[in-house]
Amino acid sequence: MKIHILGSGCQNCMKLAKNAEEAAKAKGTECEVIKITDIKEIMSYGVMQTPAIVIDGKVKSVGRVLSVEEIKKLL
Amino acid sequence: MLKFLADSLVYTLMGIQPGTRLGDTLHFFLYDTAKVFLLLITIIFVVAIIRSFFPPERARKLLGHRREYVGNFLAALLGIVTPFCSCSAVPMFIGFIESGLPLGVTFSFLISSPAVNEVALVMLWGLFGWKIALLYTATGIAVAFFGGIIIGKLKLENQVEDYVYQIKMGEAEIAVPTWKERIEYARGYTKDILKKVWIFVIVGIGFGALIHGYVPMDYVLKYAGRDNPFAVIVAVLLGIPLYSNAAGTIPIIQALVGKGLPMGTALAFMMSIVAISAPEIIILRNVIKPKLLAIFTGIVATAIIIVGYLFNIIL
Repeated sequence: MKIHILGSGCQNCMKLAKNAEEAAKAKGTECEVIKITDIKEIMSYGVMQTPAIVIDGKVKSVGRVLSVEEIKKLL
Repeated sequence: MLKFLADSLVYTLMGIQPGTRLGDTLHFFLYDTAKVFLLLITIIFVVAIIRSFFPPERARKLLGHRREYVGNFLAALLGIVTPFCSCSAVPMFIGFIESGLPLGVTFSFLISSPAVNEVALVMLWGLFGWKIALLYTATGIAVAFFGGIIIGKLKLENQVEDYVYQIKMGEAEIAVPTWKERIEYARGYTKDILKKVWIFVIVGIGFGALIHGYVPMDYVLKYAGRDNPFAVIVAVLLGIPLYSNAAGTIPIIQALVGKGLPMGTALAFMMSIVAISAPEIIILRNVIKPKLLAIFTGIVATAIIIVGYLFNIIL
């Protein structure tokens, strides 16, 4: 399972990435968290609000820092 | 009700005489703090619920192929209700340009979004009353409308970084949230904002209370009163670097207005604090060239200065 965190690298994006890593670890499945900061790549997902979380290529949430619990539900 | 609570707490419980400097200061502080926090919680929550209906993807669609004027006006309105943190300025700008929106319309959106700030709105409402809050909102929309039109007329499309035009935006299916999710979002949003501003509010009201109780009136009139023709310009220039302190600045301004600071000067100061911020300018540099950045800042600053003088004359 691949989790992409889209964001320019501001505080919110880093917090979301951290939460995603924690959720992935707690879940125990083979999860990989990848941060995407390149604007072209971010836009290619059709997202205008950061931070966004993409799981296996599907945009799951935009413009919000999800909590660890919320991310776990998405995995 | 709040006034009664503050009255009984300061004058009855603490036994401080009304009309004394200490009594006035304490009363001002307690009453305003309670009122502002109540308003902050209620209004930010309501604003967040409204915002959950207008994600930028929707704003983009609503603005669609609209041209100047109508497009600028709609963009200025949408700028207020669309949730937007400064980190999203770049993707939002690209998304709007990519969908074929005119540059001027995009700028109307980009100006109104920070210019009409909900925290500033609450502070104004709580401390100055709803008329001034409404005036502030209308002014923000006007500045965004005309700012966008001028930028559109100047034909500055070549001042957008070239890569912006090359980006192809993907299609994302943005799920429509349920009511439970909207409320959850609004709760989280309100909490985040409160966490960010509470200290500024308290310190600001504290300073305001001190000014209210202790600073003599002629002092304010001498430096920032109607007789100083440069007061508005200085206020606007001072406001630019003060961005994050909008919540703390307004109570100070309120106390100064009570001491004779003209309302136009006060409003211009607040608008410049929230509308033009150094972090936003730096972020926008990613998508537009320095010349357009300078024109954008110049237009917004000039518009606010004009508004300041205008209000000083009418109010």
